[in-house]
Amino acid sequence: MNLVAIKSAIDALSAPTISFTILTVIFPFIFPPSDWFEKIHRKTGLWRMWTKPGGLIGMILITAFFVIGYFDVYFNKTLTKADNFPIVLMIYSMWFLIWLGMYKAYRNDIRIEQGLKPEEYNDPDDKVLVWPDLVYIEFIALILFQVFLIVWSILVAAPIEEPANPAATPNPSKAPWYFLGLQEMLVYYDPWIAGVLLPTFIIVGLMAIPYLDINKKGDGYYSFKERRVGIFIFMYGWVVLWLFLIIIGTFFRGPNWNFFGPFEYWDTHKVEALTNVNLSEILWVKWLNQGLPSNILIRESLGFIVTGLYLFVLPVILAKTYLKDMLAAYGPTRFVTLMILGLVMLALPIKMYLRWIFNLQYIIAIPEWFLNI
Amino acid sequence: MSESKSSAAPRAAVGSVSKGRKTSMERRSFFSWLAVGWIAFVGVTGGFFTVIIRFLFPNVLFEPPQSFKIGYPEDFAPNSVDIRYKKEFNAWIVRDDESIFALSTVCTHLGCTPNWLATDNKFKCPCHGSGFRMTGIHFEGPAPRPLERFKIGIADDGQILVDKTKSYKWEKGEWENKDSSLKV
Repeated sequence: MNLVAIKSAIDALSAPTISFTILTVIFPFIFPPSDWFEKIHRKTGLWRMWTKPGGLIGMILITAFFVIGYFDVYFNKTLTKADNFPIVLMIYSMWFLIWLGMYKAYRNDIRIEQGLKPEEYNDPDDKVLVWPDLVYIEFIALILFQVFLIVWSILVAAPIEEPANPAATPNPSKAPWYFLGLQEMLVYYDPWIAGVLLPTFIIVGLMAIPYLDINKKGDGYYSFKERRVGIFIFMYGWVVLWLFLIIIGTFFRGPNWNFFGPFEYWDTHKVEALTNVNLSEILWVKWLNQGLPSNILIRESLGFIVTGLYLFVLPVILAKTYLKDMLAAYGPTRFVTLMILGLVMLALPIKMYLRWIFNLQYIIAIPEWFLNI
Repeated sequence: MSESKSSAAPRAAVGSVSKGRKTSMERRSFFSWLAVGWIAFVGVTGGFFTVIIRFLFPNVLFEPPQSFKIGYPEDFAPNSVDIRYKKEFNAWIVRDDESIFALSTVCTHLGCTPNWLATDNKFKCPCHGSGFRMTGIHFEGPAPRPLERFKIGIADDGQILVDKTKSYKWEKGEWENKDSSLKV
């Protein structure tokens, strides 16, 4: 096979519209939340990802991508940038940790199916002392990490740039790597939403998990089947809506914050002809063929209705139909909290697709009040 | 028991007044010492905070003036964006077919400084990809409103005077204001 063809194929696939869609579509087949997905997960052999060979193949594929990228003229520039070194580490460590968790969970799932206790129950139940057993391990880890940091700081110069100049903003201007997911969210939302509201929801939501999760299984041992829906939702939010956005922000965002494939030249003058429209403009100008009403609330009425339906009516409908059992099991307070957290999380990919497909800028656009959703 | 109790008289017990001692303190002098101590305390903390607050107002402020002259209307070519005043004054001077106006260089999304891309005829923000037309109207990316315009007028000597203390927002209909642009 031709390497150039592979590279251009990867470039084409990495366009977020495609890569994000592929990831979203195959995600339930990787972490199957229901029996139907589970069946296909087994049939297509995707479960082998969570075996030892699967983990190794994952590592090899990641390494192959980086090796090919290293010898590519354009990707080399992104890859060898000192800022991006942590992302390379992150991709390896995240794959390893996810694989390790799933590997252990799948082994336990088999044991539980056979009527055995999870492997963790075979752990020696001798008492282990914090001092010296744990503290020594921590101490050694600390020393090793220090050595690693010192070597890193000697080998790679800190990516400090020239003094700030308001007349010359770096192009692209990237946040620190751990904030690139946030920066990607800011592309689709108003700063108030993506910079304040969504991070608050993420932090509060993560803290609330122990209070919202009433599943008593999987306590103290790895297992997937016993809490597959929870793992699926968490993994989608974490891997796709956070880690993948960091990867997009690192490798696929170039000058003027345009999308570029990893092996593509960062052309400052890449033209992406886009003209955003607000929902109010679609309603009044395009559908009703008239000017925007001067009254703000009338102008944005459709946006308010859509947002209200999504956040407040949809949970009620779900509670009466599809999620009836869940409401009974979780009780109204937990149910409402879970619904709001989940719907706010889902609002991110929804908004991304609305932007990509319809060039929709804001559902509610009231710049007069700094309220844009 | 009673003996030891009397012999071990409370020599240093609280509240005892031993007559001959110089270290003992009269009630009256205690209050005067308290006053002195309190005044000293107030003086020191007051001085400390005065110095801190004084520090917030430097003697010299290296900030360009808020209003500045940019030359004569003829100096600006039609349909062009002048980026000379970006660095010092954070303003672009734009001349379109009918007017000259000063645009703020602060992106209305999250406050980065966009770049003027002459070939694409737009301002483009490098942080989240917001795009603005030459007029300052937003059309791509997340910016929810157009760039703000500064007050612009003709000074006594015929030069254009830009005043950054007053800005005009499109979404509030302020671009209709005659001071927001200069008809040429």
